Amino acid sequence: MKSIKTWILVGFASLLLVACGQGGGGAGSKKSKTLDNTKKAGFVKCGVSQGLPGFSNADASGNWSGIDVDVCRAVAAAVLGDADKVKYTPLSAKERFTALTSGEIDVLARNTTWTLSRDADIGLTFVGVNFYDGQGFMVRKNSGINSVNDFKDGISACTNTGTTTELNMRDFFNSKNIKYEPIAFEKADEVVQAYDAGRCDTYTTDKSGLAAQRTKMSNPDEHKVLPETISKEPLGPVVRQGDSVWEDIVRWSLNTMIEAEEYGVNSSNASSLKDSDNPAIKRLVGSEGELGAAFGLDNDWSLRIIEQVGNYGESYKKHIADTGILPNRGPNELWTKGGILYVPPAR
Amino acid sequence: MIFKKFNIENKKARDLIPQVVTILALLSVIIYFATNAQINMGNRGISFGFGFLNQEASFDITFSMIEYDGSHSYGRAFLVGLLNTILVSAIGIFFATIAGVIVGVSRLSDNYLIAKVAEWYVEIFRNIPLILQIFFWYFAALRALPLPENGISFNDISFLTIKGWYVPKFIWTNFNIFLLSIIAAFIAIYFINSYATKQREQFGKQLPTAIISLSTLILVPLITFLFFGVSLTFEYPVLKQLSPTVFTFEGGVSIIPELIALALALSMYTATFIAENVRAGILGVSKGQKEAAASIGLTKNQILKLVVMPQALRIIIPPTTNQYLNLTKNSSLAAAIAYPDIVLVFAGTALMQTGRAIEIISITMLTYLTLSISISIFMNWYNKKMAIKEK
Repeated sequence: MKSIKTWILVGFASLLLVACGQGGGGAGSKKSKTLDNTKKAGFVKCGVSQGLPGFSNADASGNWSGIDVDVCRAVAAAVLGDADKVKYTPLSAKERFTALTSGEIDVLARNTTWTLSRDADIGLTFVGVNFYDGQGFMVRKNSGINSVNDFKDGISACTNTGTTTELNMRDFFNSKNIKYEPIAFEKADEVVQAYDAGRCDTYTTDKSGLAAQRTKMSNPDEHKVLPETISKEPLGPVVRQGDSVWEDIVRWSLNTMIEAEEYGVNSSNASSLKDSDNPAIKRLVGSEGELGAAFGLDNDWSLRIIEQVGNYGESYKKHIADTGILPNRGPNELWTKGGILYVPPAR
Repeated sequence: MIFKKFNIENKKARDLIPQVVTILALLSVIIYFATNAQINMGNRGISFGFGFLNQEASFDITFSMIEYDGSHSYGRAFLVGLLNTILVSAIGIFFATIAGVIVGVSRLSDNYLIAKVAEWYVEIFRNIPLILQIFFWYFAALRALPLPENGISFNDISFLTIKGWYVPKFIWTNFNIFLLSIIAAFIAIYFINSYATKQREQFGKQLPTAIISLSTLILVPLITFLFFGVSLTFEYPVLKQLSPTVFTFEGGVSIIPELIALALALSMYTATFIAENVRAGILGVSKGQKEAAASIGLTKNQILKLVVMPQALRIIIPPTTNQYLNLTKNSSLAAAIAYPDIVLVFAGTALMQTGRAIEIISITMLTYLTLSISISIFMNWYNKKMAIKEK
């Protein structure tokens, strides 16, 4: 009898404990929990795509590369001192935001379009733009379709589900008053397969994506991307809302890469520029100012990014231009050279 | 002391305490997870609510049984997905049952070839993961179909192409009258059958009920065509050129390849399990039953209908109910091949566009639960009907 009483009491006590224990959980303190956790774990948890050449793509031995991957590497170089200390999580379009808000990853660098509703509504914060893109259409060269004005009622269009692409597609066809058949797949590879087999007449997604996926087709030369761009797609890294220090680290890791290109600092000359006459360059390579202290990092954080990852121009050339995806930088050129890449000064 | 009542010798208390403790523990776990989710969502600035169901969905869906376009609400998109799930499940259950019965009976055939073919069918399709079968039918088998301009034509009224199976569309006038006549025919058949049963039981007279029922079902609706202004015309699919090399079909009804592949894979797979149930059911009826029936002069058909099947069904129905439930749940693999079921449309696109993971996943889970429970209630009712009625 005594034991039953004891058990009941223990039971109630533990219920109370569980109920009280609630209050503590969650983030929201002034210090960066994400930064602390990252340092403790020894790697940056980064969400990437399931394979998009040029942006985030794994080779046969599982090494990730691409300009999105370089954002993760830059953060790892800044925070942990080693650009290779990144744990990549390949995510579908559908999974990506949940993975970020639930804490499975800390940075999402997965060609994600910055929109108002995503930024404001679902607990995310976009920290910048690492690729200015726009949605386009791919068709077969022999189709005789040379412009979106050649589309007629009954055309079938393949795309990815859960993307802004799906919504833009509707806006576009509605504005042109064209009846179309939308076919939305979960994985990019399945879209490519279906389009390649002739299930749909056109494949629509971000133009960079079209260029990259074209390389995966059974015969890339049979396909072309139409000249029109039907939407603005600023793609950039995303972090969880509520950790402003971490948000700043990711934002300025990206900005550093772009600013380094602007001042001609690259992976090979960075350390030799410590005694440069230009104070802006000196701040970039860490020989002047105490910029890292603002988010709890040492003063060489930006130098490490430039040395280990390179500046934005190097990254673009290596992953996008030299791979033949988009040799022309277009809007992704620096503002000083006719593009729209413009970042606030690092000072 | 309050604990004095909870004497160990008091059976009521002894029974009650573990139950109360269990319920409290369960409740606290639920409350723990709910508050935990609430706190974390609050911290991350995520709101909770179902208001989004009334917002404009602004995405289109390939295939819908009700009127839908992007200007409708997320709630409507949910309904589209749900109906598509029900459609593919119903088609799957229908064909799985037919194929399952045929294969199950074939396995018991005296013909060596038929029995072996059926056995191989079961062993192959039962042992390959369903998702691979779905991919096979969609990416390998259906991809082999020609483009619309070379579509496989059935008498020029129906065309099978890689973009879908185009069939004529039925255009009815006075469809309501036609529908009423079918209902009337079924009511008539019910009375005919109960009259025939009475005749048999009272006078031992056998009426050819099967033929009478069938002809009623055909004749009564036919009369509406002749006298009540019901008519049926067809709209045939016509090849349409969109550009020098791009063609499609216009008019008629398009059965999308995603639906065909999914229904095919689901029914081929589930049929193997149903076939085994059927075989078990038939083998479960003892040989003596058939011999006894034969010895009182029943014909082969009567033996099957009156003696074997009623007993076999009792063995077949409960495990087959499980297979129907499995098929319905397996239909959620649709997302892999872009068939717009509830998982792709609602738990996929809608979830992505709104970001309301908890709300949408709960709704989707509840929906599957409701579907499964409805199927099980129906099958339990049918099972009870078939069970031995002790007099």
